[in-house]
Amino acid sequence: MEKVDLIRARAVPLRADNVDTDQIIPARYLTAITTDGMGDGLFASWRYLDTGEPNPEFVLNNPEYKGAEILVAGANFGSGSSREHAVWALVQYGFKCVLAPSFGDIFYNNSLKNGFLPVVLPKEAIDALWEVLEDDPETQLWVDLRTQNVRMPDQQSLRFEIDPFRRDCLLQGLDDLGFLLAKEDQIVAFEAGRAQPAAA
Amino acid sequence: MGKTLFDKVWDRHVVSSEAGEPTVIYIDAHLIHEVTSPQAFAELRGRGLRVRRPEQTFATMDHAIPTRDIPLWPDDAQAQVGALRDNCGQFGITLWDIKGEVQGIVHVVAPEMGVTQPGMTIVCGDSHTSTHGAFGALAFGIGTSEVAHVLASQCLMQEKPKTFAINVEGRLAPGVTAKDIILSIIAKNGASGGVGHVFEYRGSTIRNLSMANRMTICNMSIEGGARAGMIAPDITTYEYMYGRPYAPTGKAWNDAVIEWSALATDDDAVFDRSLDIDAGALEPMVTYGTNPGMGVPVTGAVPQGADLEDEQQRRDLEAALDYMGLVQGQPMQGQHVDIVFIGSCTNSRLEDLREAAAIVKGRRVADHVEALVVPGSKAVKAAAEEEGLDRVFAEAGFQWRGAGCSMCLAMNDDKAGTGKYVASTSNRNFRGRQGPGSRSLLMSPIMAAAAAVEGQVVDVRGMLR
Repeated sequence: MEKVDLIRARAVPLRADNVDTDQIIPARYLTAITTDGMGDGLFASWRYLDTGEPNPEFVLNNPEYKGAEILVAGANFGSGSSREHAVWALVQYGFKCVLAPSFGDIFYNNSLKNGFLPVVLPKEAIDALWEVLEDDPETQLWVDLRTQNVRMPDQQSLRFEIDPFRRDCLLQGLDDLGFLLAKEDQIVAFEAGRAQPAAA
Repeated sequence: MGKTLFDKVWDRHVVSSEAGEPTVIYIDAHLIHEVTSPQAFAELRGRGLRVRRPEQTFATMDHAIPTRDIPLWPDDAQAQVGALRDNCGQFGITLWDIKGEVQGIVHVVAPEMGVTQPGMTIVCGDSHTSTHGAFGALAFGIGTSEVAHVLASQCLMQEKPKTFAINVEGRLAPGVTAKDIILSIIAKNGASGGVGHVFEYRGSTIRNLSMANRMTICNMSIEGGARAGMIAPDITTYEYMYGRPYAPTGKAWNDAVIEWSALATDDDAVFDRSLDIDAGALEPMVTYGTNPGMGVPVTGAVPQGADLEDEQQRRDLEAALDYMGLVQGQPMQGQHVDIVFIGSCTNSRLEDLREAAAIVKGRRVADHVEALVVPGSKAVKAAAEEEGLDRVFAEAGFQWRGAGCSMCLAMNDDKAGTGKYVASTSNRNFRGRQGPGSRSLLMSPIMAAAAAVEGQVVDVRGMLR
């Protein structure tokens, strides 16, 4: 997993609450048996017209936001389906971080497993960011995982919370599977200490 | 202080809980399907790992498969199904293959087979895994990385969720179903109202529900934002489970029932949050928008933006109605319907089909409506045919399909066209969920059956017999 540390980049305002994972990547893009090629499906129904041409109305297609690495979204971002393809699509498109007032639980978890940083900020901060980013798409945001701060365009810093263990994993690029496999002795002890589940 | 049902199941599965680390919990049953598992097996192979407990993992095919005989499957669905066969074969995992007797939507098949049991932890790379909470299991959806974790270690790292009691009391009026209970809860509490929590559905109304109905409710916990939904096991649970292939037998069954019966929430347990629902006041529900929280009683109307306090909510309502082609204040009754889909892990069990068939019997699907019934499993299909439900549906003009997820998520060839209104018994009305540009109106099986006959949204209570 790639390490996450300081993300200093331009950001895209995505003014919508409840952006579900079907919007992030529609089911018709889930037919692969690898993780490759997901970036094309990102926000596909919003990004492309029925003709397959880019939809000029959609913010990601606005050239002023080209190269942005931070997404600023509304509440309950990533709700719905458990598809990790949503995170793969965001990462492969070039995003490193998403700021929102709240997230779907499974999406939040999936993000952490892919070195993609989900940051919870108050709704007021998101509203303010949307305004600033719409006024000036050149605006740079700093998201500093080490100090758990987002530096806002007015130079104020907003602290965000993240589980300390998760933060360390992201900073060091550690993945969870290694951690779990290192628990082998405890897993063996647990299994020995209880009757086998009836399904076994 | 007493413990909740959730606390009891959680505590029994803690493998490790050390300061500064997430809790590691043990997973009793792991369900997999063709769409979210191939990359997890690739991860295992890449690291040279084995499946730690293949006997606790069960696979079936449901998401991408066709539900009618078409001569040639799409290549990508074939590839996913082929990968699942290879992976299950190589790692020694039980596979309920579409070629065999047992197959269907993973959340329909596992309970049918008796794999789903009270007090278990159950996960699957599918958010509707919450369905299995109907048995008093802690069951939730996971991403593909976590599918690999469970395959390799039979464990997951988890932050302990909070608890949320949903108390449903009172007697349901005729024509009001379990689907209406859960749509009402989500309309009241919001699509994100349960984030970070596990719901426990409680109260006399819930205790009087069948297992099929309990599964309908727990299934949509995720649509209310909750990680999982649970219902304490009771005699209804045990009657459903008894004699199923993987259920315990003999003395082990008796011991299990005693153990399961101790899982119910203690009288003095405290929940982090709670919500009370008066079941007697509920009406059949229908959604008008693009998330499952956007629902109203069928006798109601699309809300007015002016009634909403929050500006973002107003914008979202406007955007949703723009997509749906509906207008503020429009009555739900009379809304045109093009397609009727009866199926999905929410509402494709035998009882759902029986209830829908009772409405349809002796009536005809409206001329302009395409209507399909997709049973949740081969077992449901066979049982329904045994009762003659297939003929009732066919005579009315419904298509009678094979088992699978079908038009719930439109990964296969069952897609609603752009702009089409789908009266659907499924769980999600997200934009494009049932096909690019499709417009979903979520409702109960009997409401969908009524909509098929009338060609529009109607109050099924006028059609009960």
